[in-house]
Amino acid sequence: MPKDHGIGASPKRREDVRFLTGKGRYTDDIDIHGQAYVHFLRSDVAHGRIKAVDTSAAEAAEGVIRVFTGADFEGVGGIPCGWQVTDRHGEPMQEPAHPVLAQGKVRHVGDPIAAVVAETYEQARDAAEKIVLDIEELPAVVDMKAALKDGAPKVHDDLTSNLCFDWGFVEENKDAVAEAFDKAHHVTTLDLVNQRLVANPMEPRVALSDYAAHSDESTLYTTSQNPHVIRLLMGAFVLGIPEHKLRVVAPDVGGGFGSKIFHYAEEAFCTFAAKQLKRPVKWTSSRSEAFMSDAHGRDHVTTIQLALDEEGHFQALRTDTHANMGAYLSTFSTSVPTWLHGVLMAGNYKTPLIYVNVKAVFTNTVPVDAYRGAGRPEATYQLERVIDKAAREMGIDPVELRRRNFITEFPYATPVAVEYDTGDYNATLDKALEIADVAGFDARAKASADKGLWRGLGMNCYIEACGIAPSALVGQLGARAGLYESATVRVNATGGLVVMTGSHSHGQGHETSFPQVIADMIGIDENMVEIVHGDTARVPMGMGTYGSRSLAVGGSAMVRAAEKVIAKAKRIAAHLMEAAPEDVELKDGAFSVAGTDKSVAWGDVCLAAYVPHNYPLEELEPGLEETAFYDPANFTYPAGAYICEVEVDPETGKVRVDRFTAADDFGNVVNPMIVDGQVHGGLAQGIGQALLEACAYDENGQLVSASYMDYAMPRADDLPMFQVDHSCQTPCTHNPLGVKGCGEAGAIGSPPALVNAVIDAMQRNGRDVTHIDMPLSPARVWTAMQG
Amino acid sequence: MYDFELVKPSSVDEAVKALADEDAQALGGGQTLIPTMKQRLASPGRLVSTLGISGMDGVSAEGGVLTAGGAATHGAVEKGAAGSYPALAALAGNIGDPAVRNRGTIGGSLANNDPAACYPAALLASGGTVVTDKREIDADDYFQGMFTTALDEGELITAVKFTIPEAANYQKFEQPASRFALVGVFVARHAGGVRVAVTGASEDGVFRWTEAEEALGKDFSAAAVSGLSVPAEGMIGDLHGTPEYRAHLVKVMTGRAVAAAS
Ligand SMILES: Cc1cc2nc3c(=O)[nH]c(=O)nc-3n(C[C@H](O)[C@H](O)[C@H](O)COP(=O)(O)OP(=O)(O)OC[C@H]3O[C@@H](n4cnc5c(N)ncnc54)[C@H](O)[C@@H]3O)c2cc1C
Repeated sequence: MPKDHGIGASPKRREDVRFLTGKGRYTDDIDIHGQAYVHFLRSDVAHGRIKAVDTSAAEAAEGVIRVFTGADFEGVGGIPCGWQVTDRHGEPMQEPAHPVLAQGKVRHVGDPIAAVVAETYEQARDAAEKIVLDIEELPAVVDMKAALKDGAPKVHDDLTSNLCFDWGFVEENKDAVAEAFDKAHHVTTLDLVNQRLVANPMEPRVALSDYAAHSDESTLYTTSQNPHVIRLLMGAFVLGIPEHKLRVVAPDVGGGFGSKIFHYAEEAFCTFAAKQLKRPVKWTSSRSEAFMSDAHGRDHVTTIQLALDEEGHFQALRTDTHANMGAYLSTFSTSVPTWLHGVLMAGNYKTPLIYVNVKAVFTNTVPVDAYRGAGRPEATYQLERVIDKAAREMGIDPVELRRRNFITEFPYATPVAVEYDTGDYNATLDKALEIADVAGFDARAKASADKGLWRGLGMNCYIEACGIAPSALVGQLGARAGLYESATVRVNATGGLVVMTGSHSHGQGHETSFPQVIADMIGIDENMVEIVHGDTARVPMGMGTYGSRSLAVGGSAMVRAAEKVIAKAKRIAAHLMEAAPEDVELKDGAFSVAGTDKSVAWGDVCLAAYVPHNYPLEELEPGLEETAFYDPANFTYPAGAYICEVEVDPETGKVRVDRFTAADDFGNVVNPMIVDGQVHGGLAQGIGQALLEACAYDENGQLVSASYMDYAMPRADDLPMFQVDHSCQTPCTHNPLGVKGCGEAGAIGSPPALVNAVIDAMQRNGRDVTHIDMPLSPARVWTAMQG
Repeated sequence: MYDFELVKPSSVDEAVKALADEDAQALGGGQTLIPTMKQRLASPGRLVSTLGISGMDGVSAEGGVLTAGGAATHGAVEKGAAGSYPALAALAGNIGDPAVRNRGTIGGSLANNDPAACYPAALLASGGTVVTDKREIDADDYFQGMFTTALDEGELITAVKFTIPEAANYQKFEQPASRFALVGVFVARHAGGVRVAVTGASEDGVFRWTEAEEALGKDFSAAAVSGLSVPAEGMIGDLHGTPEYRAHLVKVMTGRAVAAAS
C-alpha cells in the first residue's frame, strides 16, 4: 500500500500551483521603483587586444545614466575560483585574473567589454551601438591540444602557457598501473569526446541590485542556486562588502542544472553600479546572451584504457583527459574534471589500480563549469563505453563482464580515495533487466527489421557521489568553502512550523518533500510545515543546491534541528504532565508518558513555549526554535543500471529511442513521485546529450550553435515513455534519513546506455563500428556506417 | 528592436501605397521578421501588415488549381487544402508548431525563401505561380537562390496558385535543432510529367532534380531513382550534415516521397 502522507508518500508538489498558474515570482518579475537597466556590450571576436573604447557618444545618448568599462573596475576584485587544484608536481594551478569587465584583452565571444546603464533597456541597447571599439584581433585557440602546443596563442599573457594544471590521480599509482598494463592479457583502448553543452535553463539569468545609502546596505536579487555562496564570493572577493551589509535573494528560479551555481560578473556589476549610481540596476539576459555568457558544461577529450585478465577481470584502468576550462576559471570549474571525476573512475567495479591524468586547458571559449552530474557523467561515460568495447573484443556478454567485476562487499575503499558505504549492484541490474524485458528483445528486433530498421540494445551501470563532503576533506583537496548545510526549525506558538533551509529549490520540489520529513517526525499534517529558502536575510547560512545534496545534506540538517526541537518540546511536555523527560514519547502529534494515560497535544506544548505561564523557566528558555549545521561524514553513493533500446534507420542514420529503463538505488525515498520526475528530467538531459545537443565553435572561436536554430534541445517527442524504478534500496549509512540523492542520476547514467545501444545495432547488422562521438546525430551515424 | 511604424491596410491598393516608402516592409505573421528585428538585424521604419487585407487570407480550389491568399496562414492552408491537395495540407501542417502555423503566412514564407523552408519545394514541384500586386510569376522563374526571389522592392504577394497534381507527397527530413528541412523533397506527378523539387540541400536554394524527373516520368516507382545519384558539389555543409550526407538524403527522400505519393 502506498503511504498517503509523510516519508514515502507522493503528495502533489505544492509549488506547482503557483508555477502552473503563472504566479511564480522570478527575479525578472521583481521591479524596484526607480530602477535603471544595463546592457552589456560583448565581444564579437574570440581573442583581441582592446586598444580603445570610446564611450563619449554613448554617454551623450538619450536616457544614458553612465557607461562603465574595465577601467572602472581597477581596484575592484575579480571573479574568484572556488577550488584550487594542486598539480602532479605539487604546484598550484595557474589562476588568471577575471575582471568584471574586460581589461586589456577580450578572451571569448561574449566577454563583456562595456556596460551601459540607462533609463530603459532600449536606450541602453541603442547607446551601446554608439560605443566605438578599437580591438586588434588576435589568433584564437579553440582546440585544447592545439592550445598546449609551443607557440600557440596565449589566452592569458601573464601565464606561462594555456595549461591550467596537469593533475595526476593517484600519482603514486602511476607506475603500478603501467606495470599492470604491461602484464595484462588484454587491453582495450577508446578515444572519445564528451562534448560541450549549454545548460539552457528555461529562465535566463537575471540580476537586480538595490542600494540603500542611508544604511550602506546592498541587496542583490539573482537567479542563483546558492545565494549565500554568492554573498560570500561577491562580498568578500569582488566588492569588499561584509555579509551584514549585503543581502542576496534568489526567489523562484526557473531551472539551473548547475549553470546558476556560479558567481557571475553581471551580478557583481549590478551590485557595484547600484552603489555608484545610488539607483537599482537590473539586467535580464536574452537567450542569445545566455548562449555566450552562461557557463557551459562537459567538454572533455579522453583516451581511456582498460586492462583485463583472461577471464575479463579488470586489472587496471588508465585515463588521459583534456578538460576545457574556457577563457577564465568559473567558480567550481577546476573541481569538475578532478575531484568530481577522478574519484568516480572505479565505477561499480573492483578495479585494483587506477590512474587518472587530467590536463585543464584555457581556450578562447566561454568558461566551462558544472552541469548536471558535473564530472560524474564524464567518468561514467568513458568507463561504461570502454567496458562495452572490451566485452565485444573479448567475446564476453557485456552484462556478464560487468557482473564479474562488481563490488559486492561494503564498505568498499576504492583505489581512487573514496569509500562506498552501501550498494547492491546486482540488485539494480537484475531489476533493470527484468523491467526492460530483455528476453523479448529478439522478437522486437525482428519486428524492426521487417520495417527496414536496425534495433540495438545497450546497457550500463553507474555510480555517483552526491553531497560532496566532509568539509575537512574537501578543504584538503582544495575547496575554498565548507560543504555542510544548515537549517533552522522555527515552531510558532500555535504549532505550525517554518523551516529555513540553506538548500535552494529551483525545480526539485523541496517545498513539498521537506515538510513530509518533518510531518513524519512529529506526526502532524504536512500543511503545518512551510519551507523558506533562497534569502540570506531569512536563512542563517547555506551552501546551496547542486550535486544532489539537498535532501542528503540540507535535509539532514533539518532533521538535526527538528530533533533538537523535539527534545526541548519533550522537556516542556514532561513539565506539563509532571513526568520525567526520558519517559515522554512523541507520536501522532501528541506527547504521552509511557505506561500511563497522560497525554498532551503538540499544539499545547508549542503554546506553552510561547505563553510560559506553566513552564519550567528555571531550566528552560521559552520559545521553540533550533538551528543545526550538518557536515556529512562521507559522500553518498547512489548507483543503478540503465538499459536503452534504439531503432536506427540505416538509410538516414536517424536514431529513435524506443525504450529506456532506469533502475536506481537512491537509498530511502521520501517522495517517489518527485524522484520519478527527477529521473525523467535527468534522462531527458542525458538523452539530449547523447542524441542531440552540441555546442560548437569554429576555428576562429565563433560560437556556431548560438541559438535554438542550431543547438538541438531534446523535446518530448524525442523521448520514449521511461520505465523507472527505485525499489532497490540500500540506505545510506551515515545520514539520518538514509537518503542518497537522485537529481543527477538520469543525466549520468543515460548517455553510455544509448551510445552502447547504437553501437550494438551497428554490430548486429555487420557494421564494424566501435565508437561514434556524441551527439549521435543522423549525419554522424550515417557517416560512421559508411565505414 | 528599433522603433517602427505599423500600418494595417485593409486593401491591396492601400498596402502597395504604404509599401512605396523606401523604408517600408511587408509584415506577414512576423515569425521570421520579428525575431530578426529583435536581434536588430533588420530595422524597417514601417511595417505594413498583410493580415487585415480583405480577400488575402482565403484558400480555395477550382479547376485543378489551388489558390491560397498571400496572407493565408499555414494553419489555413492545412485546413483549406485538406480535401483538394492533401500533400500540400500535410506539408503546411508540419511547419513549426501550432503557434507558428497560426501566425506564419504562405506569402511570408515564399517572400523570405529560406533555403530550408517547405513551401518553396511544394510550389516548384506543383508548377505554380506567385501572384503579386503587379504580375504573375512562374515558379520556375520565381526562386533565384537562397533568400532571393524575383520580387521587386515593395512588391506584394497577394496569392499563390498551385497546379494540383495527380499524385504527390512531401518528405521532410528534419534538421534536429530547428526542425526546418535538412532535406525536403516534394514529388508531384502531373498529367504532363513528374516534377521533383528539393529544399534544404543546395547552396542555391530550392531546385528541381531533373534527372529524377525524367526517370520517374518513365517509371513512377521508388526503384526508378535508386540507381541515380546527386552530386555533393554545391550542397550545404554545416553542423547538421556534410554535402555528401545531404546529397544522399535527396535520393532517399525522393524514393520515399514516390512510394508515399497519393
Ligand atoms: C519555431 C519556428 C519553426 C519554423 N519551422 C518551419 C518549417 O519547418 N518549415 C518552414 O518552411 N518554415 C518554418 N518556419 C518559418 C515560418 O514558416 C515563417 O512563418 C515563414 O518563414 C515566414 O512567414 P511570416 O508570415 O511569418 O513572414 P514574416 O516574418 O512576417 O515576413 C518574412 C518576410 O517576408 C516578407 N513578406 C511577408 N509577407 C509578404 C507578402 N505577402 N508579400 C511580400 N513579402 C512579404 C516580409 O517583409 C519579410 O521579409 C518556422 C518558424 C519558426 C519561428
